[in-house]
Amino acid sequence: MLAVEVSHIVKSFADKVVVNDLSFSVAQGEIFGLIGPNGAGKTTTIRMMMDIIKPDSGEVTILGEKLSEATKNKLGYLPEERGLYKKLGVLDSIIYLASLKGMDRRSAEEKANELLNQTGMLPHRGKKIEELSRGMGQIIQFIVGIIHDPELVVLDEPFAGLDPVNTELLKGMLADLRNQGKALVLSTHQMNEIEELCDRILMINHGRAVLYGNLAEIKSKYRSNSVLLEFEGELGEVPGVTEKRTHKGYTELMLDGKTTPHQVLERLVNRGIMINRFEVATPPLNEIFLRVVGKNHE
Amino acid sequence: MNKTLLILRHEFLHTAKRRGFIVMTVIVPLVALLLIGVFQLVSGIARPTAEVTTIGYVDELGGFQQYTSQGNITLARFDTPDDATEALVNGDIKEYFVIPSDYISTGVINRYTLEKQLAASSATMTAIKNFLTSNLLAGKVPEATVVRIEAPLNLVSTRLTETGAVAPEQGGYGNFVIPAVFSILLALAIIFTSMYLLQGLGDEKENRLIEVLLSSVSARQLLTGKVLGIGAAGLAQVAIWAISVPFLLNLASSSIGGFFSTIQLPANFIVLAVVYFILGYLLFAVISASIGAISSNSREGQQLIGIFTIPLLIPLWFMSLIMFLPDSPIWVFFTIFPLSAPVEVIVRLGVADIPAWQLATSLAVMVLSIIGILLLTIRVFRTYLLMYGKRPGWGEIIRNLRSG
Repeated sequence: MLAVEVSHIVKSFADKVVVNDLSFSVAQGEIFGLIGPNGAGKTTTIRMMMDIIKPDSGEVTILGEKLSEATKNKLGYLPEERGLYKKLGVLDSIIYLASLKGMDRRSAEEKANELLNQTGMLPHRGKKIEELSRGMGQIIQFIVGIIHDPELVVLDEPFAGLDPVNTELLKGMLADLRNQGKALVLSTHQMNEIEELCDRILMINHGRAVLYGNLAEIKSKYRSNSVLLEFEGELGEVPGVTEKRTHKGYTELMLDGKTTPHQVLERLVNRGIMINRFEVATPPLNEIFLRVVGKNHE
Repeated sequence: MNKTLLILRHEFLHTAKRRGFIVMTVIVPLVALLLIGVFQLVSGIARPTAEVTTIGYVDELGGFQQYTSQGNITLARFDTPDDATEALVNGDIKEYFVIPSDYISTGVINRYTLEKQLAASSATMTAIKNFLTSNLLAGKVPEATVVRIEAPLNLVSTRLTETGAVAPEQGGYGNFVIPAVFSILLALAIIFTSMYLLQGLGDEKENRLIEVLLSSVSARQLLTGKVLGIGAAGLAQVAIWAISVPFLLNLASSSIGGFFSTIQLPANFIVLAVVYFILGYLLFAVISASIGAISSNSREGQQLIGIFTIPLLIPLWFMSLIMFLPDSPIWVFFTIFPLSAPVEVIVRLGVADIPAWQLATSLAVMVLSIIGILLLTIRVFRTYLLMYGKRPGWGEIIRNLRSG
């Protein structure tokens, strides 16, 4: 069963259409990347998935159920800008917000201690939120987002402001959640994190989907039809290669339209060239992003 | 537990633990205790002295020789103003006055003193007045009549009920004190409590916690839980004050006595105080919630709510007018106008009876306003609570109210 299914949602504020006929789905046990330029409608989409605002039309279903009061307990959310009750203690904050997700006090406390221990925050559990550093506060908010064992967790820029140690810790915990079959939606501007963590992505611009699907497939679609080569010896003329670009440590071979990378590899091997690296060039997601968004801007 | 109840409990405890709230709750009875103490101290020190003072007079008309002893004041006769001035400068007399020869036709008395003062003290005035009256009437009417002319009226009022029996609630200033003080406290409690609500919403909006909350509960649950939770804290505060009143009153009347022993609570006072606190708070709470939703931070919200608190305070500004002109139709308007009703009713309760139809209309208008504003608030709440940055224009809000 799909963890989340968003079908044809539309939302407009005043006279401006912010999300326009958007459909996508997230499977259980998947980390899904939601990307797009500022003002593309990402936050509005997330808010509709989190049942904070209702779409004008269209529907969001969680594990086959329509969003309602009851499904709210299955949602976990880490908003982009974070805050908690400054004067409240760490443990009290977690327990209160967990209780609003339908957890009883005892199991909330138990689970909170477990997660605090896992994140190394246990010594700080008696402190007030205002005494914590920014990164620590973020860890607490992450705990609040996942403590109630939600089916869908949406994380908006989860790594912003975290040090490398905590970033790795968080990535590990996200992987654990995925392995438990949870659906995770990751919204970030850091494309390297999307490439590292996500299986599939949705890119939206002006409220519409501009790219949607398997990350590897998208990248292969956008590849520039060239191969990257590290070799020893003399290359000479290679049939099917129109141009050779020498970069630092490797050479990029531009192929003509008819030749496949596999044929090029065969020809190189037949010539007895020592090949250390042969890679079909795929553009980084960042470049695809710029290309797609740039095109839309025109 | 129900999510609304969870929010209610959280907000109640969060408010009740605020330092400002605790200080407010405790300080009011403490200040009253302190005032009683200071009153005793001051009245102990400033008890009127039994010392006899001497006032001089020059009788240019003639015939003012008797009755020179008036209570603690003795009147000493001088032949000429110069003699009197000399005695005044030497400190033999405190002041002197001259009865001119045309006194009977003009009534003018010239008074001379070394002190800077607003007016002659009432003791001096009474002494001079009685001295003149007694001498003018001497020998013309019986002595007892002279005394009666000097003090013709010792008014003792008794209020009767419709059956002719003595009413338990006698009115007068003794009846006014507590409503007057309580109206101020009620206004403060309503303003502070709705401020807490506004500030809480503003903070949650500013630090985006509102998104986490709204992904867990509905806007209706959040609003209901917050309004009732903070309101319960405010009600507890008012209840503590109300309960401490009879106790403090007892203390004041037994230790100070006099006027304080005549103080009594108007009928239905506690019931009406609690009802008007609840309704007044609910009204300001729903207004605060909608202001909290549309304003971009708690500072801006507090400026906006300031406008709405003005009508609440108007009855306090006009308290003396209400005291002396209690029958003006203007007060009927303020009794029924929902923003001023809570304080106006409490103030009027101490001055005169409020007709039942006015109370009924006032309560009905308040309840209807609360429901009406609540419906509007729920419409704007969810939309604007999530909009940060610029506050929407009034035109846009009205458009949204229509379409929302």
